[in-house]
Amino acid sequence: MTSLAWGVHDAWVVTLRHLRHIPRVPQLLFFSAIQPVLFLLLFSYVFSGSIHVPGIDYKVFMVPGTFIQTMAFAAAATSVGLADDLQKGFIDRFRSLPMARSAVLVGRIVSDATRNLLVILIMATAAHLIGFRFVTGVLPALAGLGLLMLFSFAFSCIGAAIGLAVRKPEAAQMAATFWMFPMIFASSAFVPLATLPGWMRVWAEYSPVTATVDALRALFFGYGDPTRPVLIGLAWYVALAAICLPLAVRSYRRAAM
Amino acid sequence: MNAVETTGLVKRYGAATALRELDLAVPQGSVLGLLGPNGAGKTTTVRILTTLLEPDAGTARVAGYDVVREADRVRRVIGLSGQYAAVDENLTGRENLVLFGRLHRMRAKAARARAGELLERIGLAEAADRVVKTYSGGMRRRLDLAASLVIKPRVLFLDEPTTGLDPRGRREIWDLVRDLVADGATLLLTTQYLEEADALADDILILDRGQVIAHGTPDVLKAKVGGERIELTAPDRAELARAAEVLASVADGPVEVRTESGTVTAPVTGGVHAVAKAAGELAAAGVVANDLALRRPTLDEVFLTLTGLVPAADEPPR
Repeated sequence: MTSLAWGVHDAWVVTLRHLRHIPRVPQLLFFSAIQPVLFLLLFSYVFSGSIHVPGIDYKVFMVPGTFIQTMAFAAAATSVGLADDLQKGFIDRFRSLPMARSAVLVGRIVSDATRNLLVILIMATAAHLIGFRFVTGVLPALAGLGLLMLFSFAFSCIGAAIGLAVRKPEAAQMAATFWMFPMIFASSAFVPLATLPGWMRVWAEYSPVTATVDALRALFFGYGDPTRPVLIGLAWYVALAAICLPLAVRSYRRAAM
Repeated sequence: MNAVETTGLVKRYGAATALRELDLAVPQGSVLGLLGPNGAGKTTTVRILTTLLEPDAGTARVAGYDVVREADRVRRVIGLSGQYAAVDENLTGRENLVLFGRLHRMRAKAARARAGELLERIGLAEAADRVVKTYSGGMRRRLDLAASLVIKPRVLFLDEPTTGLDPRGRREIWDLVRDLVADGATLLLTTQYLEEADALADDILILDRGQVIAHGTPDVLKAKVGGERIELTAPDRAELARAAEVLASVADGPVEVRTESGTVTAPVTGGVHAVAKAAGELAAAGVVANDLALRRPTLDEVFLTLTGLVPAADEPPR
C-alpha cells in the first residue's frame, strides 16, 4: 500500500477508537446535546419577541445559528481530547508506533465531527417543536448537513492545533473557547447582518460563521441564495484546514514532554 | 551484536542538560537496568531511543537502525511501555490490544489473534471484554505492557514499569518480564528501585544528573555499596560495647559502633538466619537491646556511597 493509503487506514483505525466511545459513554452524547437544545429553546423564546427578521419567523431563522454555535464550541472537545491524550502518555505510545503522523489528529477530528452531527440531528428534532423543517427537499438538506460537517472539521482543526500547543486539558478548554463568543456573535448567526454596527459588519460579511449560517438557511428552508455563502464557506474550510492541520501535526511531532 | 548502542548522547532542555555524553550498550538478548533518581536522565534516554525525542548530539542505534535517520524502521521493531498506563479507559482490554495491533499495521484477523494470545499470557483473559475503567492499577499496567508486545518487539523499553504499584502488582509485572526475557527479548528497563534492577537486570547502569556514575552486574554494584547488615540499637554505652563484641562473632566484616546514635552495625550474609543467630547470641550473653533489624542497601545509600553527594532533593526517602 502507498503511504497515503496507509495514512487513511491509520486515521480510520483511530476514528473507530473514538466512535466506540459514543455508545460506551452515552452520557457524553446526552450532555453534549442537552445544552445546545436548551440554548435553542431559550434563544427562540427569549429573542423572538424583540428581534424581527423580514420575511421569516425569528424562531426558524435562528435555528442554523444554534447549529453553528454547537459545532464551533464542540471544537473545544477536540482540544481537550488531544491535550488529555498527551497528558496520559497516549500520544507517546502513538508516536512510538510506525503509524502515519497525521492519523491521530485526522482520526479524532473525523470522529468528533461525526459525534457533532449526531448532536445536530438531536437538535433538529428539538427544533421541530418550534417550527423548524427541512422544506427544500432531501438533497439540499443533505448538502447542508455536509457543509456543517466540513465546518465542524475545519473548526476541529483549529481546536487540534490549540490543544497540542497548550498541552494541558484545563488550559485547552479555555484557549479553545474564549474566541468563540466574538466569532459567533459577530455574524448573522442570531441577528440579520444589517443590524450590526458598521465596523463589525466589515468582518461579519466574510466570517466563516456568517457564510455557513447563510448557506444553511438557504439549503434548509430556502431563505436566500446558497451559492455565494457556500463558496465563501468552502474557501474558509480549506484555508483553515490547510493552516491548522500542518501546525497541529508539527506540534504532534514535537509532542515530547 | 548490540541491540541498543549509544555514543556521546547529549540532550539539553533550555539551559538544563538532561544527558551529558551518555554511552551505553545492551547486548542482544540481555537486560539493562537504568537506575537513578528523578531527573537523572532515565526517561530522556528512553525517549530518545524510542524516537520520541531527538538528541542534541551523539548517535543512538536500536536493532541496528539510527533512531533519528531511520526512525520509522526503529518504530517497527520496538515496544514501549511508559510511566503511565497509556491504554484507553473506555475501550475493553481486547479492543485496546487490537487497536495497537492495527496501528502496527497488522491485518484485523492477526491483530485479534495476537490480542487473545497476549490477554491469556498476562492473565487478563477473563477481564478481556470488560472496559478498562473497571481494571485495577496492576491490571492496567499489565495491559499496557501487553500493548508494547503486540508485534513481538526485538527491543523492549520499559520506563518505570512498576512505579506506583503495590508489592503484588510489582511481582506480577516482574514475572511477566522474566518470561519475556526467557524468550530472548532484549530489554532496557528504567527504575528507581535497586531491588527491581537487581531482580531483573543482567547489567545495571546508574545515572545521576545525566551521567553514568556506575556500571556493572548487580553483584558488583552491591559489593561496592556493601551488602546486608544487622543494625542494633542499645540503651547505653556499656551495652553498646557488649553488643559489638557479640555481633563481631556473627559478622563477616568489621563491626561499626556509633556512640552518638547508640547503634552498632555488622555486615552479615544469610539474611534472617543471621538475625536469628545474632538474637540467640545476644540473649545468651544477656545483652539488652532496644532494636535489632536486618538492613539492605537502599538506592539512597548507593548514591551516597558512589557519589558522596546527598541524593537529589526530589527523591522521596524510602
